[in-house]
Amino acid sequence: MRVTVRLFAKLRDLTGTGELIREVPEPATAHVVWSALVAEWPALREYEKTMSVAVNAEYSRMIATVKDGDEIAFLPPVSGG
Amino acid sequence: MGVAAVAVTADPLDIEPLIALVGADGDGAVVTFAGVVRNHSQGREVRFLEYEAYEPLAVRALQRIVDEAKGLWPHARLAAHHRIGRLEIGEASIVIAAASPHRADAFAACRYMIERVKQIVPIWKREHFDGGDVWLEGATADPDDEAARVKAYRTACA
Repeated sequence: MRVTVRLFAKLRDLTGTGELIREVPEPATAHVVWSALVAEWPALREYEKTMSVAVNAEYSRMIATVKDGDEIAFLPPVSGG
Repeated sequence: MGVAAVAVTADPLDIEPLIALVGADGDGAVVTFAGVVRNHSQGREVRFLEYEAYEPLAVRALQRIVDEAKGLWPHARLAAHHRIGRLEIGEASIVIAAASPHRADAFAACRYMIERVKQIVPIWKREHFDGGDVWLEGATADPDDEAARVKAYRTACA
């Protein structure tokens, strides 16, 4: 199945892209999607403990199941305000 | 078209429409907050800031914060707009308005809102200073983190 990945701030800088499409085997979790990214860009790994994840623009968890067509966003620690 | 209670926008922020939105004749207080870009940070001379948001979730997170604050201060009416894009020194990155029949609730709700924004709204600032730039990273965003919520509440009521 195919998912859209969104990356922000430093994560976007580390990969050079804010949005990409990835094929992942079904069934998959957000963590499976993340692991595929880390395999491609090992520098992402340092964010595993501090980032948040959102599925279809709602906060979610790395263990959450993702479906074909979902948008998975990986969010480094926030600094708004 | 009416002004929204919560928004993420690239346009310069104006507090007046938020004041008009939250105000009512029964109010004894309207507390406003503006977060502005400072010219120094951690010993660095800041040139400007660049804000980025995951917009749909940022708007939802702002609405969630308004709802939380309404739960805590049921008589308060609240609004918050956050700006994104390039911001110069002195420009407002966020404006918040809180109206209530009594000032204690308006102050507390306003403070609670900004504390929660810094905890859970998916917005990031990149600081551009003399000689480079850096993404600032604060809190790991987790809206269900009860300890963070309590911390924001205690700060608001201190």
